[in-house]
Amino acid sequence: MNRATKHLLFAAAGLLAISAVAGDLKIGVAEALTGGAAQYGVPIRNGFQLAADEINAKGGINGNKLVLVIEDEQGKKEEAINVFKKLIFQDKVLMIFGPTLSNSMFAAGPVANAAKVVAFGTSNTANGISEMGPYIFRNSVMESDVLPVTVSTAVKHYKIKKVAVIYGNDDAFTKSGYDVFKKVLEDQKIPVTTTETYVKGDVDFKAQLTKIKATNPDAVICSGLAEEAATLMVQARGLGLKVPFIGGNGFNSPKLFEVSKTAGEGTFVGSPWANTNPTPANQHFVEAYRAKYGSEPNQFAAQAFDAMTIAAAALKTVKVTGNLANDREALHAALPKVAISGATGPFKFRQSVGKDGKLAGYDADQKPFIYVIREGKFVLFTGK
Amino acid sequence: MLEQQLVNALTLGSVYALFSLGFTLVFGVLEVINLSHGAMFMAGSFAAMTVVTRFKAPLAVGILAAMLVSGLLGLAIDALILKRLRARHAPHLIPMIATIGATTVLTSAAQGLFGVEVQRFPDELLSTREFIFGSVHVRALELAIVGISFLLMTTLFLVLRHTRQGRALRAIAESPKAAALLGVNVEGLFMATSFTAAALGGVAGLLIGLNFNSVTPLMGQPILHKGIAVVILGGMGDIRGALFGGLFLGFAEVLSKAYLSSQMGDAVAFGLLFLILLVRPAGLFGRVLERKA
Repeated sequence: MNRATKHLLFAAAGLLAISAVAGDLKIGVAEALTGGAAQYGVPIRNGFQLAADEINAKGGINGNKLVLVIEDEQGKKEEAINVFKKLIFQDKVLMIFGPTLSNSMFAAGPVANAAKVVAFGTSNTANGISEMGPYIFRNSVMESDVLPVTVSTAVKHYKIKKVAVIYGNDDAFTKSGYDVFKKVLEDQKIPVTTTETYVKGDVDFKAQLTKIKATNPDAVICSGLAEEAATLMVQARGLGLKVPFIGGNGFNSPKLFEVSKTAGEGTFVGSPWANTNPTPANQHFVEAYRAKYGSEPNQFAAQAFDAMTIAAAALKTVKVTGNLANDREALHAALPKVAISGATGPFKFRQSVGKDGKLAGYDADQKPFIYVIREGKFVLFTGK
Repeated sequence: MLEQQLVNALTLGSVYALFSLGFTLVFGVLEVINLSHGAMFMAGSFAAMTVVTRFKAPLAVGILAAMLVSGLLGLAIDALILKRLRARHAPHLIPMIATIGATTVLTSAAQGLFGVEVQRFPDELLSTREFIFGSVHVRALELAIVGISFLLMTTLFLVLRHTRQGRALRAIAESPKAAALLGVNVEGLFMATSFTAAALGGVAGLLIGLNFNSVTPLMGQPILHKGIAVVILGGMGDIRGALFGGLFLGFAEVLSKAYLSSQMGDAVAFGLLFLILLVRPAGLFGRVLERKA
């Protein structure tokens, strides 16, 4: 970079600083906008932007406008740390949303915690995120909160006595889903007839499915990604295995139906968000998202939208003084008290306990939605 | 359960055999381990998918497109890479590495053209018809794959045994120099072999893509690893070896998943491969390797 460009950049930075007038509330957004995790990061960014634009259009928060400082953390740990430092020390934001992946939160979260700035994840579902410290928040519901409800609902509906389990054992996400399922089945005292595995790239599951069929289970529990799960269900039906499936979080994708068509009929899946949830808050979100971005929103966009609503509710109760440290602390104190009813339904925080036994950050305290697949679509399960 | 698992093994084994056919043909004639065979497999799938979805062509045209596109790609790789290396008498390792490069180029091109997401064939193409014999379920498509594998293999075997071109090819396999001295058009047959092998790879890609209804730029990689094992097991360059090697791997994998543990499938299959090679280092149908020494 030559000297002239450097000057130019400084001038631009100066202009930006001026344009952010005293009454602006600067919120950092650190999400993966490029790279593999961008499929999650981009809808998340859209969700934030949609919520912030709506709030500003209605006059902002106590007369102050929300200003989002959006940075791309590329789904990488190192980049997440860099972006967090930039947002905290250079941009001087009040709080940070993100990063996209749990791995990145484990890397960047401690930076925010040490600087006493709230880091608010909307898509981190790994265990131990909020245990990192009191400044770590998330509104993403963990699998350990969703799967027990999914299993118990399906067990009750189908009068399930015993299940077979199949999962991808070389993927962190499907393996952790399996671990949760295993614990849930132990807790609910449901016998497992057999546990089968496959690896990424497998397209032929017939050997495992034939074995499962021979053990005669009442249902098959599957922790897999949508692509694999769909093929798996098609092959199961082809082998005459007709029992219903119970799916992990990986099933939550419209991709499931591209292949499986009607093979997934009767499958139970839990999700923190239901696109068909008829509450006004959700219907408003779905329509506004469609209108603004011309595409269907997903769970990640909904959780980001709600997270911004939660932050706005907290900011409303905060008297912004202009003293950055005090304002950040006031926001941190106000957040846990927020309870809203958003696109993902009624929400409040639940404080977690760190490894040292002290109270740490905050998790979502929220009920999951249970879906059942009927005629190749997710239908909200209403007990029938 | 056993009957069903045997059918599962037969279909999986036929898939492996079908893939390995072209792979082993190239090795037998050109003595090149052509690692771009996985990319031919993928290209055939995409070519067929493009003509049946974009141009609404019937499946027969799709099969022709798969053979033609993959065959021409194979020919191009031969003309651009393998021919030059042959002319320079490059050692065996060089064409192998060069074809890895060709694979990278082709898969990246496919990712650029078609995207990284899984593509599907249109519903009406996918025959959902299935046959039920007692407790055994088989889909029509699976039977077709088994049938086509055996048919192609028999045809290829007979062509190599009983036609003039086949004899010329076998002469080349013995010694390209001697064959050339006897008036065999060695370069021409090399090219023809590259085309045929790649075209066979393309058909395999189409059939397997149809069977699992999943076509991606990287679909050639996992099966390439299995294909290498099949070719080594069957005896490098032997057509019967591709069939028996493929079936052996299919049965070993499925039966170990069925009666041991699904984590053990590959471990058992490759463990057995290792044991067989200890006893027969040249593979099931392999000739003595030292002949040239």
